[in-house]
Amino acid sequence: MQVEFRLPSLGADMESATLAQWLKQPGETVRRGEPIAVVETDKGLIDIECFDDGTVTALDVAPGTKVVVGAVLAHLSAAGAATASAPAAAPPAPEPRATAPAAAAPAAAAVPATPAGAPRDSARPGGHTRISPAARRRAQELGVAVEVLEQQAAGGIVHIEDVERLAAKAKPPAADARSGMRAVIGNAMARAKREIPHYYLEHTLDFGAARAWLAQHNAALAIQERLLEGVLLTKAVALAAARLEGFNGYFRDGRYERAAQVHVGTAIALRGGGLVAPALLDADRKDLGTLMREFSDLVARVRAGHMRSNEFTAATITVTSLGEEGVETLYPIIHAPQVAIVGAGRIAERPWVCAGAVAVRPLLHLTLAADHRVTDGRTGSRFLQAIAALLADPQRL
Amino acid sequence: MATTMQEKDVRSRVLALLTEIAPDIDPATIDPKRELRDQVDFDSMDRLHFAVAISEAFHLDIPEQDYAQLGALQTACEYVQRRSGGS
Repeated sequence: MQVEFRLPSLGADMESATLAQWLKQPGETVRRGEPIAVVETDKGLIDIECFDDGTVTALDVAPGTKVVVGAVLAHLSAAGAATASAPAAAPPAPEPRATAPAAAAPAAAAVPATPAGAPRDSARPGGHTRISPAARRRAQELGVAVEVLEQQAAGGIVHIEDVERLAAKAKPPAADARSGMRAVIGNAMARAKREIPHYYLEHTLDFGAARAWLAQHNAALAIQERLLEGVLLTKAVALAAARLEGFNGYFRDGRYERAAQVHVGTAIALRGGGLVAPALLDADRKDLGTLMREFSDLVARVRAGHMRSNEFTAATITVTSLGEEGVETLYPIIHAPQVAIVGAGRIAERPWVCAGAVAVRPLLHLTLAADHRVTDGRTGSRFLQAIAALLADPQRL
Repeated sequence: MATTMQEKDVRSRVLALLTEIAPDIDPATIDPKRELRDQVDFDSMDRLHFAVAISEAFHLDIPEQDYAQLGALQTACEYVQRRSGGS
């Protein structure tokens, strides 16, 4: 059966994208959830995944072409239900999928499964040429065609030095990628502020127990297995979102739709400005070690410019954290159509009354911005307190 | 591994690790003496990735409290030399 592979929408504000690179060639097999192409959007480079198992029969669009959402990019011959045993070159997907069209799992229907066996460092999988974002940017500045770079290092990684070596030519200076992203963020946030009646709550908590637990936990582990504080927060938010009604889902067509799964959007700042918030899928059901590996992989891919399309559209709630360098409190804006966002400032040592005495403790200012069409301050308050309670007792995470 | 590594060799290997974990950094712009978080927005995840890469490349066990010493290119190189150049 012939299937058309179309450019998916990666957000309500996306109208078009430029095809940057094909990751599959005609004749190659693809599996559902596997990246097939890289497109350049205002949010950066994104891997677009295939929604079907099959074989690529034709690539309809050449790299460098700007295409609108919904345009046909390629044709596949889909592996039908009868011949569903796809060649298992890669490790199988996490949940075995039914060979017949499954009636179950309605919520997951729109989201292709992420291949479980994806290499930890997906920034450099073998076989395909990868062009680092810095190199791509420089190539654009120097007027070096992407195709030339691909030929230069077939199957390898193109770094910025390779570009400069190739560019004995002149440069039309262009710095529109960042301003494009700024415009997208501006439009999305303006719309969210205009349409969503935000309410804000703030809660200060003693992060000492979490920090002590983490230090002890990490001391026993190899460096590759150690956790970051941010993972504890992500898990705590995910558990609270799964338990309390009204924070995990979407507000669409005038009503709240609760999401069955908890996919935590994680704001990641890009060097040089801008940010993206791809999702950690099923964060409430994964142990901390698994979440840490996925978070680590996500950041590596964001840095290398290889996010996956489903990670962009899947988030049901978002966490944004300023990290160690920021101020202590932030008031985030909800990422529509989601209904809540949790903000974490820098954890700072401050005086704190504990057991009747003033002590120096690491304090975390946790904020919640939530949609008043769905919840009110009282429920929001319980939500923040549930997160705080989990962080006070990290063994429960 | 008692052989003392050449300073330049360590420098180029550490720089290569840095561009590998952060391909969005232009290595030519790095000031080796400045903290990476101040000049290229290194966050806690970048720092961890950098520590893991150094740990694997130079076969060092790096405890969490040593991460701060990997904050700048220069201090990272000094740390590697100190740790792998014999006691």
